[in-house]
This record gives sequence, C-alpha cells and structure tokens, in this order.
Amino acid sequence: MSTFALLGAIEVGLLFALVALGVYLSFRVLQFPDLTVDGSFPLGAAVCASLIVTGVNPYLATLAAALAGAGAGMVTAWLNVRLKILHLLASILTMIALYSINLRIMGRPNVALLGETTVFSPLDTLDLPTYVALPIALAVLVVVVKLALDWFLNSEVGLAMRATGVNPRMARAQGINTEHYILGGMALSNALVALAGALFAQSQGAADVTLGVGVIVVGLAAVIGGEAIMNTRAVWRATLACIMGSIIYRLAVAAALNTDMLGLKAQDLNLITAVLVTLAMVLPGVRMPFRSKTKGASDT
Amino acid sequence: MIKVNQLAVTFNRGTPMETPAMRGIDLNVPEGDFVTVIGSNGAGKSTFLNALAGELRPDSGTILIDDQDVTSWPTAKRAGLVARVFQDPLGGSCADLTIEENLALANARGKRRSLGGSVGSRLRDEFKAKIAHLNLGLENRLGDRMDLLSGGQRQAVSLLMAAMQPMKILLLDEHTAALDPKTAAFVLKLTREIVTERNLTTVMVTHSMRQALEIGNRTVMLHEGRVVLDVRDQERDGLQIEDLLHMFERVRGSQLDDDALLLS
Repeated sequence: MSTFALLGAIEVGLLFALVALGVYLSFRVLQFPDLTVDGSFPLGAAVCASLIVTGVNPYLATLAAALAGAGAGMVTAWLNVRLKILHLLASILTMIALYSINLRIMGRPNVALLGETTVFSPLDTLDLPTYVALPIALAVLVVVVKLALDWFLNSEVGLAMRATGVNPRMARAQGINTEHYILGGMALSNALVALAGALFAQSQGAADVTLGVGVIVVGLAAVIGGEAIMNTRAVWRATLACIMGSIIYRLAVAAALNTDMLGLKAQDLNLITAVLVTLAMVLPGVRMPFRSKTKGASDT
Repeated sequence: MIKVNQLAVTFNRGTPMETPAMRGIDLNVPEGDFVTVIGSNGAGKSTFLNALAGELRPDSGTILIDDQDVTSWPTAKRAGLVARVFQDPLGGSCADLTIEENLALANARGKRRSLGGSVGSRLRDEFKAKIAHLNLGLENRLGDRMDLLSGGQRQAVSLLMAAMQPMKILLLDEHTAALDPKTAAFVLKLTREIVTERNLTTVMVTHSMRQALEIGNRTVMLHEGRVVLDVRDQERDGLQIEDLLHMFERVRGSQLDDDALLLS
C-alpha cells in the first residue's frame, strides 16, 4: 500500500470515527438501534454543500449541517417516544424521508464543491501537502470531540443518559425524564453523523445523495470492531475503541482492495463490510467481553 | 401523607382479556406509618404500588402525596416525593454502571442534573462513608460494576440509593422475595434501620404473611382489587398467621389454594 493510500485510509477512517461515536451514542449508550444515520450523513453533506455554493461561510455551513442532523435525530426519537413507533422502524421512516429531503435541499442529485472555500481551505496555506495536513487536522478534531463526549457522558446529565439506555424504569424512579434524554441523545448522535457528512463532502469535493448507503453498517463495524480489540468498560475506552475501530476498518478495507491476489474490487466494499460485521457479532465474547466482568474498575 | 381515593384501573379494557386490577382502593396513610400490603396473586398489590410510583395511570380515582394531587404526574416528576426499591435485584440499579455511578444517579434524584462531573472526590468520600455502614466491605469497591455484586448486596445498595435524598414516601416492592432467607433477613433488618432512623412513611408489598405481620405497624390485605383488611398497632399485634389465613378464606369464600402464602 502506498503512503498516499495509507493516509487516505486514515483520513476517511477519522471522518467515520465521528459516525462511529454517533452510532456508539445511539446503539450502545441509549440502546436505540438507529438507522437514521444513512439519511443524516448525506443530510449533513447536502446542507453544508448547498450553503457553501450559495456563498455562506463554510464554518457556519458545517454548523448548520450538524444542527440539521440533530433535527433528523429528534424526529426519529419523537416518532419513537411520542408516537410509540418501534425504534428501528421509526429510524427507517426518517431515513427514507431524508432521501427526498436531501434531493430537495440540493435541488439535484449532487453538488460539487470544486474551487469553493471549505473549512479545509486554510490547510492549503501550510507547507505540508494536503494529503498529510488533512488527516492531522481531522485527528485533532476527532480527539477534541472524543474528549468532549467523555466529559459529557461522565457528567450528571450524561450519567442520566446512560441510565436511560441501561435501565429506563430505574432511571424514571430516579427522577430522570427518559423521553427527554432519548430526544437529546438522538439529536447529539445524529449531529455528529451529519457533521461527519459535512466534512466528508468538503474533503471529497462534492455532496451526493447516495453518500449515505451503508453508513450505518460502517459505523457499526467501527463500534463492534473496536469492542473486539479492546476492553470498553470505561467510557473513555469505549470512545477510543470507536476511533480505533474506524481507522482499523478503513486500513483493512484498503489493504484488501490493494491486494490484487484477492481479486476484490471497490464495488465489493459493502459486501465485505456486512460479512465483517456479521462475523464480529457472532464470534463469542465480542459483545460481552469476559475480561470486563472479572476485573475491578476504578477508572470511569 | 398518602391519600388514595377510589383508585381503579382495568387492564385490556374492552377485550376478552379484560382484567380489573384495582376496583376502588381507598387508603389513608398518615406520616410515619409503615404499611405492609399482602394479598394473593392478582390481588392488585403490584398494580397499587405502580400507581403510587407513577408507572401506571389509573382509570379513575386520585392519589395525594404530601397533600399534592399527583394522579397525573409521571414517574420522573414524582421522584422528588417517592423513592422505590424493586423486587428484581437488577431492577433498582444499572448493571453496566459502577457502584459510585449508581449512587450518583440516586444522589441527584429530585434535583436538577448538571453538566458538571457526576462523581467528584467530595462525593466519593460521602458515598464511601455511607456504604461502609452496610458492613459489606463495599467501601473499597466503589469503582466496581454493579453486576459484580450479589443479589443481596445489590438490594442493600438499592436501599441506600433510595435513602440518598429526602423523600415523602418509600415504596418497597417485595424487595426480599428474590433473596435467600439469610440475605433476606439482612436486607429486612437494614430496611427497618433506615425506616426507623428517618421516620419514613413506607408502603411495603410482600408475599410473606409472617413478614407482613412482623414488620411495620400496619397491615393491609388486598383482594380482587379492594382493601379487605386494614389492621394496625395493638389490634394487629394480636393477629397470628392463622388468623390472616382464616380471613383470606372468608373473603375468598373458599379454601386457600395459594401455597406460596402458606409456605413463606
């Protein structure tokens, strides 16, 4: 694998680490299987790209994208907690609706950002080539998001959110309004995913309505893969595992596609991902690692 | 402290499965009373407790706690008034969280939760002192996950969590039913201590007639969603388990066939 391909894989891995953190919030913290992700990722890209081409400041456009994602997450949560629609189905409804909405936002299937000023434009002024500077900038961002999330999940509010996912009846008995926490948590989760979508569009130079296909599976692959390689007992370990899982997944995919012997092509990506996630889920000890049950913990 | 007026609820109303779980329960519990609630399966004990906690909205009737009408309040809103210990040792705590995180959750009951850290060093010391009172050696295991504890230890911690913040009423839902006799006795002793120490108004549902007569100062028997017996203090002291059994048979108009009540 060339350095270029390696750095490219790390760059995409870091971008999808944000998706993985979002998926960790919904699937693991809130235990809310959320497929909205497949719609909120391209939603972030669409909002951001559409705003940038109309001349809006790229930072504002990226912020707007994250807010749009939060809105999408809240719609799914609302369908579930208020209208009592099964969580999985609620998220599929939002995802499907977002496909049309994304087309409406862009007005066409894709929006190119070539030549536009993006949040990554300042990197061009550095002495480093973009393919080196971009992964570094993303790494800084991902670490900041991770630390913020760690802090949040260990706060009183974050603890209440975790309790909402683990034992909602007990949470309510402790005065926690579980509906509000599900709404808030889903908003945060999808804001992160939409942020990733906005950054993805800006680094790739275009937003496309089909960007979202399989994003949820990639996010899950990162979360589950991360759990397979390390102990995720404490929150800071779990969030670290999401990031590691995402990068390792991209590296593995890049390695597989770059090995001519296997005869794999880019179009096999989703199939490989599905197989990997299935394997990770059925392999014993992955979802509930025994090591986290036998050792005492004091570092949460 | 608790005033329950004509409380009624029917499950699966309008279907062949229609079950009236409460058919007009009236109960007035003054401050400091410790009421044990007994009754056979389906008598409405759990439904009654769920209604007090807010997990269940009654079809009709009112619930007043501390002179406030809480009938339409959801569970979370009542949490400042009501503390609860569940029957399932796993039900009252979060298995995936550590002991200190569970205590921190309970410590914020009825208060506004902030974005500040949930377990600071000051709070940890406070938890340590409180949990040391249990004499279970848990004071050095605050960072352990809750699911590492035994059922009895979990119920003891659940009691501690319930007593963490001031409350108006304490609800105990057969909280010793899932424990072995020795552990059950320990948890019961702890319950007595906490209730006496703080003079708590308590409602405890139990399946054991002996427990019902031994603990607290008042016993209420429910049958088919109604209060069929309400005895307190001296009147109750004179009662034996056999007397309760006779009463049961009388209200049912048949021989008692619920072995669980006889044997426990």
